[in-house]
Amino acid sequence: MIEWVIAVFLAIGVFFNLLASVGILRFPDVYTRIHAATKCTTFGTIFIVLATVTYAVYSYFWVERDPSWITIGIHSALVVIFLVLTNPVGAHAIGRAARKSGILPHGAVIDELEGRL
Amino acid sequence: MGFIAVFIWSFVLWLVLTAGSKGLLWSPEELVAGLIFSGVIALTTKDIIGEKASRFLNPAKWVGFVVYSIGPLFWGMVRANLDVAYRVITGRIKPGIVRVPVELENDAQYTILSNSITLTPGTLTIDACPEEKALYVHWINVTEKEPANSEVIAGSFEKWARRLGR
Repeated sequence: MIEWVIAVFLAIGVFFNLLASVGILRFPDVYTRIHAATKCTTFGTIFIVLATVTYAVYSYFWVERDPSWITIGIHSALVVIFLVLTNPVGAHAIGRAARKSGILPHGAVIDELEGRL
Repeated sequence: MGFIAVFIWSFVLWLVLTAGSKGLLWSPEELVAGLIFSGVIALTTKDIIGEKASRFLNPAKWVGFVVYSIGPLFWGMVRANLDVAYRVITGRIKPGIVRVPVELENDAQYTILSNSITLTPGTLTIDACPEEKALYVHWINVTEKEPANSEVIAGSFEKWARRLGR
C-alpha cells in the first residue's frame, strides 16, 4: 500500500524532471527554456521530497520509533520551502540578465522591453 | 524591532532543524546553544533585514501564507506544469514580453507577486518596476497584448499578494 503511494509520488516527480530536460532541448530561445526549467524542476522536486516525507512518517509510526526518521522528514520539507523561495528568483535574474545583454525573445509577437533596458 | 524579528526567525529555524534530540523534543543544552547563535546572527544581520520585517511576525499572516501556498499557489503550479507539458509535446508557442500594470504598495508584495507569477501558468517575470507600478512578464502564449490589470496573467494572485505583504 504505502509502497504504491511512494511509487506514484516518485513517478510524478521524475516525469516532470524529465519533461524539464526535454523542454530545454525543444524550446527555441533562452526565455522559453527558463519556463520549462524552473516550473517543471520545482514541481517535480516537490513530489520527490513528498515521497521522502511519506516514507519517513510511515517508518516512524509503523516500523520503529526512532526520532531520526522525523529529522529526515523535517529536513526534507525545509528543502522544499527553500527551493520554492529561491528558484523563481534565480529564473528572474537569468531572464533579466539575458534581456539586458540584448537577447531578443524568439518569434515574439510583442516586446514591451524594446529599448528600455 | 529588526533585532527581535531576526532573532525569532533564526531561533524558530534552529528549533525546526534540531527537533528530535531528546525523544521528539529538544535537549536543554541545544536550546541554550540556539539562543546564543540566534543572538549572534540577529546582532550581525539586523540592519539587512530592516525595521519593517517585524510585521511578518503576525501569526494571522502565517496562516495566510500556509493557506495561500497549499491552495491557490499549488493549484497554479499543477496547471502550469500540465501547460508546459502540453507545449513541450506539441511545440505550440506564441511568446512575447508584455507590460502588466499592478496596484501594489511595498517591495514584499512585489516579491510575492513576481515569484507567484514565475511559478504559475506560462509566465515569467523579467523585470519589476515599482516606480512605474508595472511588471514586465514574458508570456509563452500571448492572448492579450496590453492587459489592463494582472487578472488575465495571474488570476487572484494580486489580491493575495496585497493582503499577505501588507
